[in-house]
Parts: sequence; C-alpha cells; structure tokens
Amino acid sequence: MAAGSAVAPRVRRFSFVDAFLWAFRLAVVAVVVWGTVGTLRLGRYTAEQWMDFFVFGLAQGGIYALIALGYTMVYGILRMINFAHGEVFMSGAYTAYFVAAPLAASGFLNRQPFVSLLLLLAVAAAVSTGIAVLVERVAYRPLRRAPRLVPLITAIGASFFLQYAFRGLYGSGFKAYPEFDLFKGEWELLGVGILRTQAVVLVSAAVLMFALYQFVMRTKVGKAMRAVSEDKDAAALMGIDVDRIIVLTFAIGGAAAGAAGILYALVFKQVHFFMGFVPGIKAFTSAVLGGIGNIPGAMLGGMFLGVVESVGPALFLDGLGIPAPYQLKDVIAFTMLVMVLIFRPQGILGERLAGKRA
Amino acid sequence: MRNAKVIWLALLALAVAVGSLTAGYAAPVRMGPVTDEWGVVRVARGQPIIIAYWLVVAGPDASLGVDSRRGIEIAIDDKKTVAGHPIRLIGEDTGCNAEGGQTAATKLAANRQIVAAVGSSCSSEAVPGAPILCRAGIVTVSPSNTAPRLTDPKRGPEYACYLRTAHNDLVQGRAAALFAYHNLGVRRAATIHDGSPYAEGLANVFADVFKRLGGTITAQEAVSPTDTDMRPVLTRIAAGRPQLLYYPIFIAAGGHITRQAKEVSGLENVKLMSADGTFSPDFWKAAGEAARGMYHSSPDLSVEALGPRYQQFLQKHQRKYGERPLSAFHAHAYDAAMMIFAAIEKVARKDAQGNTYIGRKALRDALFATRNFQGITGNLTCNPYGDCADPKIAVYQTISADPAKWSPGTDPKKLWSLPRPRQ
Repeated sequence: MAAGSAVAPRVRRFSFVDAFLWAFRLAVVAVVVWGTVGTLRLGRYTAEQWMDFFVFGLAQGGIYALIALGYTMVYGILRMINFAHGEVFMSGAYTAYFVAAPLAASGFLNRQPFVSLLLLLAVAAAVSTGIAVLVERVAYRPLRRAPRLVPLITAIGASFFLQYAFRGLYGSGFKAYPEFDLFKGEWELLGVGILRTQAVVLVSAAVLMFALYQFVMRTKVGKAMRAVSEDKDAAALMGIDVDRIIVLTFAIGGAAAGAAGILYALVFKQVHFFMGFVPGIKAFTSAVLGGIGNIPGAMLGGMFLGVVESVGPALFLDGLGIPAPYQLKDVIAFTMLVMVLIFRPQGILGERLAGKRA
Repeated sequence: MRNAKVIWLALLALAVAVGSLTAGYAAPVRMGPVTDEWGVVRVARGQPIIIAYWLVVAGPDASLGVDSRRGIEIAIDDKKTVAGHPIRLIGEDTGCNAEGGQTAATKLAANRQIVAAVGSSCSSEAVPGAPILCRAGIVTVSPSNTAPRLTDPKRGPEYACYLRTAHNDLVQGRAAALFAYHNLGVRRAATIHDGSPYAEGLANVFADVFKRLGGTITAQEAVSPTDTDMRPVLTRIAAGRPQLLYYPIFIAAGGHITRQAKEVSGLENVKLMSADGTFSPDFWKAAGEAARGMYHSSPDLSVEALGPRYQQFLQKHQRKYGERPLSAFHAHAYDAAMMIFAAIEKVARKDAQGNTYIGRKALRDALFATRNFQGITGNLTCNPYGDCADPKIAVYQTISADPAKWSPGTDPKKLWSLPRPRQ
C-alpha cells in the first residue's frame, strides 16, 4: 500500500504494532456495527428524523468545507498549515456585523434581502481576503525558506494576534446578527422540510465550491497555481511569478473563509472574537480527512465530518445505551479521522496527488 | 558548568518557595497584636484594605460577573471605611471556566495584601479556584455559585475558606420542578446540561424532583459550552416527545438552543425553561425573538420579596451606571461584600501606631459564625459548610425579548415564587 513498496520486495513480518492496529480496526468496526444495529432495532427515530440529522449535518459540513478550502489550498502550495485561517474566517463575519446591524435598523435588510446578502458577502470576503494577504505578507513570506516548523509557529502566533486584536477592536462580548425575515421557517423539498437558512447555506456553499473548482481547473491562473503546487522552482523557470500566485492563493482562501463566515452568522446569529477557533480546528480536520492539498477532498471531508457529527452519536451510540451521546460528538468525529488515517493515510481523495508528488 | 549553575539556582529558588510556603502554615504567625494560624495581614495606617473579586467580567458571559462587581462597588460606596481604612477593590477575570478560575485564583493568592475575596461567578471556576485561595488563607464569598457540591457536607477540607450568599441549587432545581409539574401541568420533560458543575448539578436536581413528583424524564442530554449546532441533539430529544425542555446553562449555548429548538420538527410546541445563568438581557440578545414565552427560574428580585432596601439599591445602581442590573446576583454580591466588612471589623486589631492587623483564620471563623445578618437578599445565617443564603426563588416568563425593555418583575414577568418554609 505504501509508496516505495515496488522498489524492493519487502519482508512481511506481522509485528506487534500490526496486531494492535488490526485489533483496533476490528474493535471500532465491531462497536460501530453493534451500535448501529442496536439503534435501528430500538426504532427510536422516524425516517423523517434521520433525514433531519442528515440535512443538519450537510449544512454544518458546507461551512466546514468552505473553511477547509483555505487550509488545503495553502497546504497544496506551501506545504504549511495556516493555523490563522480560523481567525480569517472570524474577521470577515465579525466586521460584516457592523454593516448588517445598520442595514437591519434601517429596514433595508428585509426590503432587499438578496442585495443585502450580497453586500454582506462582499464586505466579509473583502475583509477576510485583506487579512489573509496581510498575514501572508507579514508572517509567512519572510520565512519562506526557513525550516517547516518556523512558519507553523508564526501561524499560531498570528492566530492569537488576530483574536486579541479583534477583541480589542470590537469588545469581548458577542454580537447578535440580525435575522432575514425571508429566511425564517422551512421550505418543502421533495416532501422533506428543510430550514430556509440551511438551504441557503447549502446552495451558496455548493455554488462557491463549484466556481472555485472551475477556477482552479479551467483558467490560466488556476493552471499556474497547480504548477506552483507541483514544483515551485520549475514553475518559476517557466515564467510564473511564484510570489504572486501564493498571494492569490491566500486571497482566494480568505474570500472563501469570509463567505463561510457570513453563512455561519446566518445560521447561528452570534459572532464573537473567539468564534473562529472551533470551526478552524474542524475545518482542518476536514481537510486532512479528505486528503490535504486536494480541493474536492476538502469539500468531501467537510461534508463527511458534518454528517458524521450530526448522525454519528444517534446512530452509533444510542444502541450501546450510552447516556447523553451528543456530548461525545467530537470523540466520534476525531475517531473517524484516526480511522481514515489508519486505513488511508493520504485521506479519502489523497491518493492521486500523493502519487504525483512522491 | 553553566548547566550545573542553572540547576543550583533552580534548587535554591525551589527551597525558598517551599520555605516561604510552609512558614505560613507550620506554626501560628504572630504579627503586632494578632496571632493566627493562617497568617496575618497588616494594613498600615491610612492605607486601604484590599478586597479582591474573581468574577467573569469579559467574554460572552461577562454580564454575570459585571453585575456582581457592581454590587460590590455599591457596597463599598455605602460602607466607605472598614476599621478606619478606605476600601480598595482589585480583581481578575475568570472566564466562566475551570482554567480561568484556576488562573485568577493563583494570581490573587500571590498577593499577600488581599484580605478577602468575592467570587467566583460560575461554579466551574470555584471547583479548582477555591482550594488555591484556601491554601493562601484567603477567605472567599461567592455571590453566584449555586452548584450543590460546593457546600456539600462532604466537600472536603480544601474548601474550608469558601462560603456563598447565592442559593444552593437543591432549592432552585426543586422550585423549577415544582413549577413545571404543578403550574404548567407538564408530565414529560427533558434536560440539557453543558458539563459544567452548575448546569449538571441543577439539571440532575430538577430531574430527580420531577421524577419524584411523578413525571417522566424523556432524556438527559449534554452539549459542550462551545457548541453552536444544537439541531442534532434537539432532534434526538424530540424523539422522546417531551413537553418541556429544561436547560440550565449559560448565555452563548443557551441562546443557540433557544433559537434552534422551535426549528426542529417535534419540538414546535415544547415549553422552554432555563435558569439563573441565562437570566440576563444579554440572553435576549443571544436568543432573539425565540425567547418569547420561555420560562426562567431565578432569584426572586421583586421588591415585595426583598423589601425597600432593594429599591434603594436599584436607585443607587441607576445613578451610578445609568442602567438596570445586568443579571441576577448584584444583591447577593452586595451582601457578600457587606458580610466580609462586618467580619473584618469583628476581628481587626490595632497597634499603638494605628496600624491594623487582621488574622486570616480569625476572619474565616468570623464569617462562618455569621448569624441573622440583615442583607438585601434576606436574613443570612451561615451553616458549617458555607451556605449563607436566605433563598428566594421565583419563576419568570419572557414577554418582549427586547433587551432594552429588560426589567425583572414586569418583563420578564414574575409568575410564581417558591413558598418559603415558616421559621
């Protein structure tokens, strides 16, 4: 399975570690199967409720996926984890609040909901893009040739700096986002009721991700990005301005995070300076889950994580008779990550890229 | 060579630290006219007596701690001097979590001039924080910790310096269950806590009493305080078809549950009930219009329950801060501060130069000996485990959910109060 196995015939030895890993895999699979069968036999939930779990998970996953795009694109090009990305997500949503609140107060928000939404998206994306580019310029570019651990540490520093800068700017309490009257309630879709905010989130996330994918796969700049990601030096020799492409990558990742911030605010209606931390960690997990460096992988990883978090506790743990299973949703999500990394170290969609870069 | 030097220096520092720590406890300390096992604070003539708060005064739950801090500040304005010294208030933010409580308590414990402390805000902060203050000999009175375990007879000697003027949740949980069962006529209820000692304790008391009354608890769920997407857990709760949802948690997560509960199919008509942790106009901001009609159990802050002194307190509050109290524990904080001042005056001794000496253990004993102290919240008497409250619990219903109209009593409207045992 591992790269390089074709070079020399390896001596197969069944070591203690192998035995442990196999036992672990079997144990997890057994628990999952037992729990699932148990839950289904209990018959606690109706089909409609399972559908609800699934849709709630998809909407949450859409937000994870949009943030994960930023992680995965930066990793693809620089081989570094931009830990400040969660704060880039926060900065856009938090700043756009100061546009949303007066819009709501004047009544414009509900008279022209689509114009307002586009305006908010534009503001959030612009701020997030600006912050992302600034962080790249100040914290990462001077360290481009430094050992790989160095930019990782500056990323954590940048993350703290942004959090507390925004706390200083906007205060430490939370702000309540105004509601769009248009997005209250449900829409019937194929006989299933779906919350309007979640429908908006799903559609917007899908459109944005599709547009981004097309941009990377079809345009000249996108081609240049893929070239830099494969081999920076060769790309530079072919006349590509590597620094420009890197800035562009940060900018696009930032814009996606800004848009995700607005969608998050639409669904949860609270913003505060620390809001980027948990979604940032979850999005990073999504990126690894899907195969870091791979754009469709990040989308799939995000959706997958969202759905597992939502469906998992009810499906796997109810049948085992565990009380308050939703307290353990993060355990399920991260166990899933461990499982994927054991079975497929390169992530769900990681293989093709891994082969290319070996 | 250099390494050896560093190691020696570290050992020396360690020895000094251990020495200074044990010196304070091994034998009674004598300073001026006072001898005390826990140490003595000397306040020079004309210098202020330092009282510290450790409350949540920043972040999403800040309204709880700021409300209490204002109560202390008004108490200081009223009292002006203690044993002939002015009073100075210093403090630390606690963040409404265990780590924050631990950090704040450690910082306060390092300041040897602190005579006594008021705090903490959230029970989760007190669990690790109070023992740190106790080791430093600083007595602390909490205005808003309500978790039963903090004043349980089995709480352990490390909490020997801890008291509270807030009610014990054994009372609040019972009040909420009685109201739900008898007044709302609810027979099926579900609870949600957030893993904090406060929320878990209160949810369990509610569930126990509700079951004993004859009701059914359909689910006892838990979320984490940083969760935002509550729809899956609410869908799980909906499968048990409860008539009432009791979630005695904090503002951020409580706001998410309130907003999302009605969006989950099966919970459209469920009654919502929370507790004193979310009894704040900030919660209305977090929950929006979804809060309309929901219930809160909380300390009874009506003038008929607390009397004319509370009315005067409210006027002072309005003059000083230009708004109504932000949460439910300002009066408890006022009483906590006043109780401390009274105890200091009981134990403070002066030398010939007019310097004041306060024995730490003597102060602790004086506070635990408080009997029939006339506070704003009632007639306070401390039991040997630190419960000093004269608990008055009421149930409120939200009418407008507009933070600008926050005025406990009319909106949220007081519906019912727990009948008080005759003394």
